Amino acid sequence: MKLLSILLLVAGALFAGAPTTIAIHNARVIPVSGTVIPRGNVILRNGLIEAVGADVAVPADAWVIEGDGLTVYPGLIDALSTFGIPDAAPAMASGGGRGGVPAQQPQPGPVTLATGNAPARGPEDRPYTTSWVRAADLVRPSDRRIESARAEGFTTAVTFPPRGIFAGQGAVVNLAGEKPGDMVVVDDAGQYITFITSPGFGGGFPNSLMGVIAYVRQVYLDAEHYRLAKQFYNAHARGTQRPEYDRALEGVLDSPRVLLPATRRIDVDRLLRFADEMHLKALLYGLPEGYRSADLLKKANSAALVSLRWPEKVRDSDPDEIDPLNVLELRDQAPSTPAMLAKNGVKFALYSGGIDRRTDLIRAVRRSLDAGLSADDALRAMTLSVAEIYGVADRLGSIERGKIANLVVTKGDLFQDRTEVKYVFVDGVKFEPVEEPLPPGVRPDGIPGPTGDIPRGGNQ
Amino acid sequence: MKPILLAGAFAASMLAAPPIVIQNATILTITKGTLNSGSILIRDGKIAEVGEQVNVPSDAMVVDASGKFVMPGIIDCHSHIAADSINEGSVSVSAMVGIQDVLNPEDISIYRALAGGVTTANVLHGSANAIGGKCTVMKMRWGKDAHDMIFEGAMPGIKFALGENPKRAGNPTGQRVGAANVPARYPATRMGVEDVIREAFTEAKAYQQAWKDYNERVARGEQALAPRRDLKLEPLVEVLEGKRLVHAHCYRADEILMLLRVADEFGFKIRTLQHVLEGYKVAKEIAEHGAGASTFSDWWAFKIEAYDAIPYNAAIMVRKGVLVSLNSDSAELMRHLNDEAAKTMKYGGLSETEALSLITINPAKQLMIDNRVGSIEAGKDADLAIFDKHPLSNFSKVEKVYIDGQLYFDRDHDLAERPVHDTEKKKLLDKEKEQQRRPAPGAARRPAE
Repeated sequence: MKLLSILLLVAGALFAGAPTTIAIHNARVIPVSGTVIPRGNVILRNGLIEAVGADVAVPADAWVIEGDGLTVYPGLIDALSTFGIPDAAPAMASGGGRGGVPAQQPQPGPVTLATGNAPARGPEDRPYTTSWVRAADLVRPSDRRIESARAEGFTTAVTFPPRGIFAGQGAVVNLAGEKPGDMVVVDDAGQYITFITSPGFGGGFPNSLMGVIAYVRQVYLDAEHYRLAKQFYNAHARGTQRPEYDRALEGVLDSPRVLLPATRRIDVDRLLRFADEMHLKALLYGLPEGYRSADLLKKANSAALVSLRWPEKVRDSDPDEIDPLNVLELRDQAPSTPAMLAKNGVKFALYSGGIDRRTDLIRAVRRSLDAGLSADDALRAMTLSVAEIYGVADRLGSIERGKIANLVVTKGDLFQDRTEVKYVFVDGVKFEPVEEPLPPGVRPDGIPGPTGDIPRGGNQ
Repeated sequence: MKPILLAGAFAASMLAAPPIVIQNATILTITKGTLNSGSILIRDGKIAEVGEQVNVPSDAMVVDASGKFVMPGIIDCHSHIAADSINEGSVSVSAMVGIQDVLNPEDISIYRALAGGVTTANVLHGSANAIGGKCTVMKMRWGKDAHDMIFEGAMPGIKFALGENPKRAGNPTGQRVGAANVPARYPATRMGVEDVIREAFTEAKAYQQAWKDYNERVARGEQALAPRRDLKLEPLVEVLEGKRLVHAHCYRADEILMLLRVADEFGFKIRTLQHVLEGYKVAKEIAEHGAGASTFSDWWAFKIEAYDAIPYNAAIMVRKGVLVSLNSDSAELMRHLNDEAAKTMKYGGLSETEALSLITINPAKQLMIDNRVGSIEAGKDADLAIFDKHPLSNFSKVEKVYIDGQLYFDRDHDLAERPVHDTEKKKLLDKEKEQQRRPAPGAARRPAE
């Protein structure tokens, strides 16, 4: 205990000792929001970007970093993540589902029911629902994945409680800090929904995809009714029975947007219609088949979060089993999704899907570049577009005066495999990332892709 | 992306198609007799004219069908294709779920059904529970998105189920069930199934009353909070109000009578009894209630309650005045419903037209879409199947299928496309193999950095 406090004190002292004013001098600056500055200065003060430009003076009190041969980018933002939440359970099925379609077969995890451990008998029991849980309350600077995420170039993650149908409210968090509270930029990034089902007929409601959809629909209807009931009660408290407090509905009502999983074009179509029916501000995520869904997203004027974990052939699968044509096409064309979305004017962000090694991340990004995405669009999709989609572009996503001082400084182009990440700045604090493999036994974790294999029921 | 939907793209290319005239065919109209050498004019997706002679507009595309047989597109009153999930079996009443939410327009079974001449199907929830989910009537518009596959304006339906399936998840002792050792789900007996239905409709009536009371209060100008919308009870209220059709899975005569009595007591109708293998025993009662029957020609003995079945079932029920159809309940059987219909001529002596009615106009009537489909008549949707031989022959093959006047299946086109698909597939497989041979970039370098 005592040792811990001393360690904390030391850490605090280190942070306290970090310079509050830093100048990156004579570097190539890619602001994303504007034109490239071939040779310029970026001044950071008190965690914010104080100035940026070719002719900006270096303040007398600044700690100067010589930027010759270096490139300064805005820090990358992982648009859908569990970074920062320790012990976020592995929610990713290993190696994708049958035929390499990214499967989401997460363990149902702890069943959160009003009835304890009994199977849910219907929507009223609020199965797999922890909508009131806030990532902002779960993040810890001690999460060991934060360091590897910074080594990839991420300075911010939009991080979500990982488990459940209504898993909980996400937060925009910076990937550094002394205390959890230092990390949180925004505490209401949206409600994260996954389409998990209970196993078999005895596991409780819902055990089918249509059950999950019906459940989500009922919860949103209930939330609207709850809102009206509270409003009615507040206007006529005397003589009216008060509505029962429902934390599940409180959590839903507090969420400014909802994230829904979409693998195939048919999911995109289905969920955009669902969002329209329920008047939801929806963000679809996953999108390996986004390359043939751009028209739908465009028509609905809907933004999308595209997972960089492209579908792959199942490892060690039966060599005699040949995948059907549509699965082969999916694997071949999934990385062209970002290019297709860009071409069709659909706003999108890329997210790591739990990829936690820089080489793997760059490789995944490069596959989308090879499939036609411009490097500028790729960078934007991991910086400013993410900030815009989550409504935080006034503080994150580009190198502009007044924004949070989150930067990545590289020797070479960010998306080149051999490029070294020299420094990462989070809230103006400098880190020199070391990419370390995770110790044995610790599993890299990530946000799952959307539903892949869907169990089919019997008939007759 | 394209090859999987080539047939769809092919159909879409026919969108702006001119009028079509199918000439010189044997036309099995079902409701207006058979024309030995007749023609059909299709305009704007509808059958404009049928007869020995029809107008041939100058811009018409003429299809010579000499020696061929044209029948109305086949209608399957019981199918489980084209859906990403079938059973919400966790609860005894799953009326809150619906097939429409999970319709999968890219299920290859749709295309295969087309190849069997099927143009419309009633896609049902499974039979895991006494009151199941909502059903969707769809047309096989292969290549379209889910929404465009729905049979617009068709009366919505709901699945009920009696007997072994809904009680299988139960256990009379209340102990856990099955190899998976899962908690038992009520009911465990046929009595319990009846109880679940009664209880659900009792609840639904109370819910209906709550809304009536609320609407009356609002009408009187009072301030009131609307009742909570309950997605489980809403469809049951629609059943009570005659706005939703009940399709009830059943086998045994006793439970059929039970259901008809419960429905009479609560004041709603059973639109169709599905499977209804013992229907021949209670055909008179079924006819009296006004229920239709949708059965198999000769599929039985797959469980105890399905043993007392006879191939004469359909014919006996027809003779007793029941509106009868034959269904598939199977993506495979769906492709040869014409063969199934033919069996009723051997077993029960139905006429050709009566036999074909079981897979066309009768299911159309059961689904209340007979104003649109089910026969070849002027004014109806141009949903047609062209066979090379008489469709009641085992040797017949489907050559072309039209829905709304658009060609969605063409046997010649299909055969021509197969090598194209094979080439495309080989190309992708080779490409993937090539990529796997190359080492992953950076994989070897990483530790050095």
